[in-house]
Amino acid sequence: MTEIISTITRADLAEAVYNELGLSRNECANYVEMVLNEVISALERGESVKLSSFGSFSVRQKGRRVGRNPKTGEEVPILPRKVLVFRASHVLKAKINRGLAKTAGKPVGASGTPVAGDGA
Amino acid sequence: MTKSELIQRIADAHVDLYQRDVEKIVGAIFDEIARALAQGQRVELRGFGAFSVKQRAARVGRNPRTGDSVDVSEKFIPFFKTGKELREKLNPKG
Repeated sequence: MTEIISTITRADLAEAVYNELGLSRNECANYVEMVLNEVISALERGESVKLSSFGSFSVRQKGRRVGRNPKTGEEVPILPRKVLVFRASHVLKAKINRGLAKTAGKPVGASGTPVAGDGA
Repeated sequence: MTKSELIQRIADAHVDLYQRDVEKIVGAIFDEIARALAQGQRVELRGFGAFSVKQRAARVGRNPRTGDSVDVSEKFIPFFKTGKELREKLNPKG
């Protein structure tokens, strides 16, 4: 891949809010924080957060299980814990696939040649 | 909590903001994340998490009912990795 994947951050979200609302840039940065904090505190309380046409975040409880240190092979208990799961909505998935299908000029890599089905 | 409940809660807690402005703020944030992902960009929000797009190669799948082979074309999957700080908030040490 020759293309550098760029990363956007809070500052870009604040800029988007600024373009939408005007107000001061400083305030817009605070508004981004305010929204993220509200989402975080709902998740901390164990609530799921469903954002239509974007996706949903939910907190899942994982049970205790025995893991293994891959380096030493030693067994280690993995304690019960909570994990956050994000499920993208169909709308978001469609948007991403529409957006990237265009740009993908399909410069398929070295081994990217289609393989003849093995008796498929 | 749904998007409208999120907007309502924020509006209730910030009396200086009109509800329709909160709607615009919430909309602008998630639309911007979606827009960036649709351009193949990553979105990194420290303390919250990072959104990225993963590419799934084209493959030959099977209809599990009939066993017929089906061509599944290449596709892009949005992916979210929880940030360290949020992971710790979900699992406060005893």
